[in-house]
Amino acid sequence: MRLSELQKNIPAVVTGVVDTGADDPIARRLRELGFVAGEPIRIVASAPLGRDPVLVQIGSTRFALRQSEAARVEVTAGTAGQVPA
Amino acid sequence: MSVLQIALVGNPNCGKTALFNRLTGARQKVANYAGVTIERKEGHYTAPSGRQVRVLDLPGTYSLAATSPDEAITRDVCLGRHPGEAVPDLIVCVVDATNLRLHLRFVLELKALGRPLVLALNMVDAAQRRGIVVDAAALARELGIPVVATVAVRRHGAQALVEWIDTAAVAAPSAAPVGDVHAEVRRILAVAVGSPRDTAATDQAIDRVVLHPLAGPLILAAVMFLIFQAVFAWAAPLMDGIEAGFGALGAGLAALLPDGLLRSLLVDGIVAGVGGVVVFLPQILILFLFILVLEESGYLPRAAFLLDRLMRRVGLTGRSFIPLLSSFACAIPGIMATRSIADPRDRLTTILIAPLMTCSARLPVYTLLIAAFIPQRSVAGVFNLQGIVLFALYAAGILSAMAVAWVVKRLRRDQGEHALLMELPAYRWPHVRDVAIGLWERAMIFLKRVGGIILALTVILWFLSSFPAPPDGASGPAIQYSLAGRIGGLLEIVFAPLGFNWQICIALVPGLAAREVAVSSLATVYALSGHEEGLAAIVATQWSLPTALSLLAWYVFAPMCLSTLATVRRETNSWRQVWIMAGYLFALAYAASLATYQIGRWLA
Repeated sequence: MRLSELQKNIPAVVTGVVDTGADDPIARRLRELGFVAGEPIRIVASAPLGRDPVLVQIGSTRFALRQSEAARVEVTAGTAGQVPA
Repeated sequence: MSVLQIALVGNPNCGKTALFNRLTGARQKVANYAGVTIERKEGHYTAPSGRQVRVLDLPGTYSLAATSPDEAITRDVCLGRHPGEAVPDLIVCVVDATNLRLHLRFVLELKALGRPLVLALNMVDAAQRRGIVVDAAALARELGIPVVATVAVRRHGAQALVEWIDTAAVAAPSAAPVGDVHAEVRRILAVAVGSPRDTAATDQAIDRVVLHPLAGPLILAAVMFLIFQAVFAWAAPLMDGIEAGFGALGAGLAALLPDGLLRSLLVDGIVAGVGGVVVFLPQILILFLFILVLEESGYLPRAAFLLDRLMRRVGLTGRSFIPLLSSFACAIPGIMATRSIADPRDRLTTILIAPLMTCSARLPVYTLLIAAFIPQRSVAGVFNLQGIVLFALYAAGILSAMAVAWVVKRLRRDQGEHALLMELPAYRWPHVRDVAIGLWERAMIFLKRVGGIILALTVILWFLSSFPAPPDGASGPAIQYSLAGRIGGLLEIVFAPLGFNWQICIALVPGLAAREVAVSSLATVYALSGHEEGLAAIVATQWSLPTALSLLAWYVFAPMCLSTLATVRRETNSWRQVWIMAGYLFALAYAASLATYQIGRWLA
């Protein structure tokens, strides 16, 4: 599942970030910001009118991501204990 | 001993500038959002051993793979590529102890450079409050670099770091590359950091309310509206006091001095002109009080989050919000703050519309005309009608900025993807001391402007308005025969369709250098024309309502600020952008004033 499809307040775990083309700077920056396999993640808020951007909590940090950015992040619902990193 | 060069490097909003200020005694701007520092700043201190230390404060970055102009500066200094800047002897990597999961990754990236490196573990007080236990010794051991705890916002909070830098033998760490950086961060965290499950419960509770899809926008609108109400309602008594003071000073001088040129220069020129501007100090400070508190609290990035969708529709980004909000103070820092916008096209559009955000220098013009023409009346029991009109003028600027951005987006037929990717900081109580310093500096900047350029222009205008003296047997006021009077008369041909009389036309010219001078110029021009009352009383009787509204409309767009145009030239490195900006602003100002005046006359 993509992060853009995840419902609010459902705990999930990142499985990876997908590049949308060769040398995707947004995907690279997402990995640098800690969107890497095994990290627990949750959507904590969404902007008015169409859930775009969404507010994502990863570790103790919160990031605002637009839908197109969130769509690059692959996640599985569940908590870190249940999902193999 | 040679000067030791150190550079403060780290993720955005980890307290580098607060640490820089603590080390060097400087007063660089600090606030609670990513991207406050947008260029390298230099400072010095003398270590206890007597050694000179030169400190560089650098913009925050998540990685050495820079994605925006401010991040590129940090990358270039760290890699020794910055022209005119030698590689630092020591990199002080600052991390936020409450956010190590994110910040340690960049530490490992810096360590891989193989240069002397020390970790400043900052905000250890905040970490303690949240129950996060950081074992500094274990952290140093696992990272393979020295670690020093700091609290940059507290007095003596950098003492340990100063002593360490002074006494330690600075050595380069092993540059052996780490395989999986994130796995390494997790390993180090497991060994050195004990943290409770949920470290940000309060922040989450606040965010649930202020980012609520319905309540969030309402709160944002209420905050903005409160600011404009306060600017009018709270400032009034102070302004009355200042006005009375200058009135008494003018009357006193007039009584002391014999009638003549000196008395005219002092009373009609300097006291009337300068007093006409100083009176707006309380309003400017109230506006800044709100801006500073909002900046420190961490609310601004939340507002950017709420507005991103709307701003994207017109071709901007939520990241444009903070530079545009700064432009309400002054467009110059606002335009410079756009350096934190990674996308060059988003950045250019933000620069182009920044002057449409009503800067504090326009406040005097607005409040003068509002006080003269809009009755002091309460609406629906709670609102002040004058405050509502002021809010409407600001809103007119914002709406036209949105329209201009939308047109720019259409013109360039942009299909590319623009990133937001914005970190939302933890909330923080504003430090009273920081806010007080911010206000003090604002007051000083304003008074220096008054004592410098505004005073100079006022004196020049007095000369131009007093000479040459009228010919014998002249009937009208002397000023009409002066150089300024003639220039005003010529300009009136162009501006008559907007309802501007020659007095207004004179005031527009020095307003190019500083917008507030438009008000002091009017004060001088009318004082020289033999009017004795306060400026607000004069315009209330001398001008028609359509003329006043037309001048208000003119100042919503006001293409007239030479320093802003110079900043645009520097930031975009292009004269073309300068001409585009000046041209479109002038066209909009003329069209808006023309429409306002003609419709106003037709209705009246």
